[in-house]
Amino acid sequence: MTVALEIISPERLLLARPVSMVVIPGTEGDLGVLPGHSQMITSLRGGLIDLYEDEKLVDRFFVSGGFAQITEERCTVLADAIVKLAELDPLKAADELAAAEAAWREADEADEAGWRAASDRLITAQARVDALAAQNA
Amino acid sequence: MASLKALRNRISSVKSTQKITKAMKMVAAAKLRRAQAQAEAARPYATRMAAMMGALAEGAADNPNAPALLVGNGADRTHLIVVVTADRGLAGPFNSSINRAARARVRKLEAEGKRVRLFTVGRKGRDFFRRDMREKIIGEANFVGKKTIEFADAEAIAQQIVAAFEGGAFDICTLMFNRFVSVMSQVPSETPLIPASAGQAANDNAGAGQHAGDYEIEPDDGTLLDRLLPRNLAVQIYSALLESAAGEQGARMTAMDNATRNAGEMINRLTLNYNRTRQANITKELIEIISGAEAL
Repeated sequence: MTVALEIISPERLLLARPVSMVVIPGTEGDLGVLPGHSQMITSLRGGLIDLYEDEKLVDRFFVSGGFAQITEERCTVLADAIVKLAELDPLKAADELAAAEAAWREADEADEAGWRAASDRLITAQARVDALAAQNA
Repeated sequence: MASLKALRNRISSVKSTQKITKAMKMVAAAKLRRAQAQAEAARPYATRMAAMMGALAEGAADNPNAPALLVGNGADRTHLIVVVTADRGLAGPFNSSINRAARARVRKLEAEGKRVRLFTVGRKGRDFFRRDMREKIIGEANFVGKKTIEFADAEAIAQQIVAAFEGGAFDICTLMFNRFVSVMSQVPSETPLIPASAGQAANDNAGAGQHAGDYEIEPDDGTLLDRLLPRNLAVQIYSALLESAAGEQGARMTAMDNATRNAGEMINRLTLNYNRTRQANITKELIEIISGAEAL
């Protein structure tokens, strides 16, 4: 039994393959998607998408937000932007974290949409740095 | 009859024009292939997004607290038309057809007593509407000097539009662009952007068979729609930009192919004319020599 996983960025269909399990970073927490998962639609936060085949981790992607639609036999990830974990640039990640933190400090809490955008950006940047640290550890 | 020298000059000038149009045609063909591939690659995201929107919007449309981007703000007074054109000319009727379609639409809406605002994407549209509808333009974007259109470009345009909508600058937004049908034909067409439910009703098949009720939604439909709607707007703009870019190259290729062929015909005619004139001159000179000799 497998889940038909599709990872799509606005520019192209990045990946379409069957996997035995995929872990995606939902806004409310990570979701492990196995075959027969209940149907759901969720938004994603910045984090790692892990692909498993036969209980082995085969591939990891870093997604910086988006959406996922899950049905019993498929999982469609609509990513805002996505890269393979191995292709993340540590220097750029650190720069982005600093920039996001500065923007978040500046953001006006009264402007709800702006503040939320700034904190989403900060969470994503932090997740990117954490993902790199975990990879190197 | 024109002199030989004048004819020679004319032929060589048409020849060099033909070289230019031929080169432009080949460049357009190469760019067309790239643009088409890019448009093709972006399609899965747009269709999946439409399906997800379909599943969510159905439930939310009846909800009195549904976001204004989805169901509109209830008014129908001010229309925003987003016109997508190319940045460069020499593409046959590509730019003028979309500009004229957009102008006709503006006139029609105004005849109905609506106010109209314009947002131009691409330099040709801006130049066209600056002439007689300058005061209607509330924003513009172009891709001068850019090699490829990126999603971020579409997102930036979407953000400007959403900000204007939230600022109350307009009630209804329509996107007008040249849809790429084939290399030979690009059809001016329009997509409703705001309210999104108008577009949803038009392509209901996309979400057919899927209902929000069948899905668990995380965090909740309101929050999800708040994120999804601006995103959906950007996706629609992005696919329109790509279609338009592919159409532009197709139109330019066709136009330049015609121009090359016309130049070829013209060269043939001029060459015939040139040879006739040359022979006439020779004959005339011979007659002069012979009659001169006979007179002796």
